[in-house]
Amino acid sequence: MANKAYQKVYTQLEGITKATVSLRAKGVSNDELAVVQGKLAQVVRTKGDLVTLQIFSGTEGIPNDSEVTFLGEPPVLKVSDQLAGRFFDAYGHPIDGGPEIEGEPREIGGPSVNPYKRRQPSQLIPTGIAGIDLNNTLVSGQKIPFFADPDQPYNQVMADVALRADVDKIILGGMGLSNDDYLFFKNSFEAAGALDKIICFINTTENPPVERLLVPDMALTAAEYFAVDKNEKVLVLLTDMTLYADALSIVSNRMDQIPSKDSMPGSLYSDLAKIYEKAVQLPTDGSITIIAVTTLNDGDITHAIPDNTGYITEGQLFLRADTDTGKVIIDPFRSLSRLKQLVQNKKTREDHSQVMNASVRLYADAQNAKTKLENGFDLSDYDLRCLSYAKDYARELLAIDVNISITEMLDTAWRLFAKYFSPAETGIKQALIDKYWKS
Amino acid sequence: MKTTGIVTGIVSNLVTVLVDGPVAENEICYIDLSGVKMMAEVIKVNGKYASVQVFESTRGLRNGDKVEFEGRMLEITLGPGLLQSIYDGLQNDLTTMEGVFLRRGEYTEPLDHKKLWDFTPLAKPGDKVVAADWLGEVKEGWLPHKIMVPFSFQGEFTVKSVVPKGSYNIDTVVAVLTDAEGEEVPVTMTQKWPVKLAVKGYREKPRPNKVMETGVRVIDTLNPIAEGGTGFIPGPFGCGKTVLQHAIAKQGDADVIVMAACGERANEVVEIFTEFPELIDPHTGRHLMERTTIICNTSNMPVAAREASVYTAMTICEYYRAMGLKCLLLADSTSRWAQALREMSNRMEELPGADAFPVDLSAIISNFYSRAGMVVLNNGQTGAVTFIGTVSPAGGNLKEPVTESTKKAARCFYALEQSRADQKRYPAVSPLDSYSKYLEYPEIEAYLDKTVEPGWVNKVRTAKNIIRRGKEANEQINILGDDGVPMSYHISFWKSELLDFVILQQDAFDAIDALCPIERQRYMLDLVLSICEKDFEFEDFEQCRSWFKDLINILRQMNYSEFMGESFNAYLESVNKMIA
Repeated sequence: MANKAYQKVYTQLEGITKATVSLRAKGVSNDELAVVQGKLAQVVRTKGDLVTLQIFSGTEGIPNDSEVTFLGEPPVLKVSDQLAGRFFDAYGHPIDGGPEIEGEPREIGGPSVNPYKRRQPSQLIPTGIAGIDLNNTLVSGQKIPFFADPDQPYNQVMADVALRADVDKIILGGMGLSNDDYLFFKNSFEAAGALDKIICFINTTENPPVERLLVPDMALTAAEYFAVDKNEKVLVLLTDMTLYADALSIVSNRMDQIPSKDSMPGSLYSDLAKIYEKAVQLPTDGSITIIAVTTLNDGDITHAIPDNTGYITEGQLFLRADTDTGKVIIDPFRSLSRLKQLVQNKKTREDHSQVMNASVRLYADAQNAKTKLENGFDLSDYDLRCLSYAKDYARELLAIDVNISITEMLDTAWRLFAKYFSPAETGIKQALIDKYWKS
Repeated sequence: MKTTGIVTGIVSNLVTVLVDGPVAENEICYIDLSGVKMMAEVIKVNGKYASVQVFESTRGLRNGDKVEFEGRMLEITLGPGLLQSIYDGLQNDLTTMEGVFLRRGEYTEPLDHKKLWDFTPLAKPGDKVVAADWLGEVKEGWLPHKIMVPFSFQGEFTVKSVVPKGSYNIDTVVAVLTDAEGEEVPVTMTQKWPVKLAVKGYREKPRPNKVMETGVRVIDTLNPIAEGGTGFIPGPFGCGKTVLQHAIAKQGDADVIVMAACGERANEVVEIFTEFPELIDPHTGRHLMERTTIICNTSNMPVAAREASVYTAMTICEYYRAMGLKCLLLADSTSRWAQALREMSNRMEELPGADAFPVDLSAIISNFYSRAGMVVLNNGQTGAVTFIGTVSPAGGNLKEPVTESTKKAARCFYALEQSRADQKRYPAVSPLDSYSKYLEYPEIEAYLDKTVEPGWVNKVRTAKNIIRRGKEANEQINILGDDGVPMSYHISFWKSELLDFVILQQDAFDAIDALCPIERQRYMLDLVLSICEKDFEFEDFEQCRSWFKDLINILRQMNYSEFMGESFNAYLESVNKMIA
């Protein structure tokens, strides 16, 4: 790997923690890779000639007389069209039994796109799911996570979205994926006949946690190759970013850094932003869209991981079980797509944004009515109508098993309005009422 | 001779350097990484070791790499051509950089050296001048851009010569001054200033006495911000912080707008430079971009430059203020800046304060806010820097160090509420928690009496009281049930809903409703208050609810219609019929 005439081998470790080792060495560069007793490691700190290395696969079984060689370069991924249709581990080595990739080695976690060279995202990504398309429309070049409790079917929804989206490449970065979920993705991609446009970088729960830190950078380096060099539309799926952040906190803890909120490193925001900000719309039509999963602890979005994520991403899609209908829905209150106004009423029908706002407002009124009911109060006629509307709305539009066009979603909403409300109760602009009200 | 040094330690972007001579706190140095020069700033000195924060990625840097110190602090270039520019936090022009990706050590010129500017002299030989006095003027777009005696000049100077009216580039010597010793000093159209120091060069800084109009009702009517005032917008993510800030940037009544995108999303910057060149400034009829400078250090750009970006933006505002202009600085978000401070403090292994932020956070924030303000220049004219920052409180909890420190420093507080955002009541500015201290200023009250209508501040207080009473009534209704409270509670509640829907809520994406001039705000508040003053009788709360809902619907349609236009007047007639 390194082009050095000779490689000095060090054999004296000064310290070992669960994730790092330290030793005295000279001429070491920041971020460069090293091999410690056959395990891959990366330089994370130098202080005089004392060098701290982070060992990706953990330090189990590493003796303090281990052989250490420095490779002189940061982690790379070899990129070429051969990547398509392949499955790799966190280091970019094939795990599907196929040959190694030939191509140009690229540093992972490289520089960011000049903001001035970006373009404003403007292409709609339809998913058929009304909770997304109607209320939280996705746009290419966007970055958005699913916020979901571990028991929600987020990987299934993500696979549905990926396969329905009209993109050239789908790149899956799996971090701490259970073996079952890994096989689920593999099978659903296979079943859809989409294998030739899929690339997967997989770290399963059987692999060491610190290895996960490489996965998003590997996936995004591959994405940049196809989006920047090949002008392709790339969709990157990252699941589960909470496990990625956990790995970050393990490393920072072993390096004696002062933790900030929720034992997370103080740099969590920057660390996550570096990944999510790789989402981009380029002037050449190439784009990288990132859909991620952040699992929550009992719906708590104030925890440092979802909280920092929310400030970085362009919205979030919140999955929850609806007790009225027994279905999993996309929560209209807590979900948001920040880029939706770039396509709503422009790439979709003129009534889109007003219908969306009215339908959510009425759903909110239904929630108030529900609270009244739970507190034992009499419900007004309006409250009762709201409650009936909420059931239909959840079943016909919010549920994740909906698969219809956006025009059908709008027509459905107008039908529900007319069924339960007067035009004035919807608060929609008169001009649109005149045109679309289904009396 | 320059001080030099060698790298002896690296943790991410904190580098320790062994130096061979004197170094100053905040001094700039360049680290040589195989020929690429990376800018860094001294943040701590300990014996012969200086800790520097590098404004670039340190990947590949080695111990033993050479460092050269510059003997100056981080400074930016001020001169004609700042407007319409898109800079990074260190004032590199992002539009002239090559390649799709940002490259380490690529530093570009902030101003165009070839462009010719039409110069008109304002000073004449023999004039006595001091720093920040005007020597001449060029037209930057439609703005009169003053060429000044550089801010760094100390003492009194005499103008020896000024070039005649004509076209010159920024490097031309446009004036020669002589100092007290008779030494000649040339002055060009540009000057440099260290961003961490406040620009002085004005006579006094009086209390603000005017209101800056933003076209946003919940700000202008309920919690107005003064010209030269300070305000901040804290809110959890998804509450519309960015939309509100962009609305202020589009509609704010200012000559110059500087937007500092500090550790935020790149696509938000893209939105500005895509839309602003198309949009028209409602006050001057010119393209919005002509009055705008963007400082852009997005969240994936080097963390250390994030801190620099807000100072760079403030310095540009202070420069234009010295020309007697009204400037508005919008920084999104100051929390990211505080986090950058935290990351460095952490790497330097300093003892942490609350939430691991550095202990002097509060002092740093209030020092920065104090740079805003209205000033009286040496020539008696006035200029102003109005500053509005956003804060991104962790977990939406306002009891965190950045929000608390900012609350001490800023005079207007626009709290965004999760519950209002959930109900799509935008802008989600809380009507009761938010405040503007300027409403308590007698000079602001007098200004509003004169420009809006006599007794305006009392009307605003009345409106807030109606909302407060409505909230209390609603709580009682929720506890006791619709039938458990007297009719008057329902009426109180619905009067507050009327104010909420018609005055507080505003559709930032509607062509007409997005911008509500103060005259229209006055008209609508007077109308709504006149309805609230009336006594109503209803048979039951159902009737009350549906009557108010109908009324609200009509008034909202008025907000969507052209002011005093045909449909506006038609809706007004229906309102009058309802309340007759």
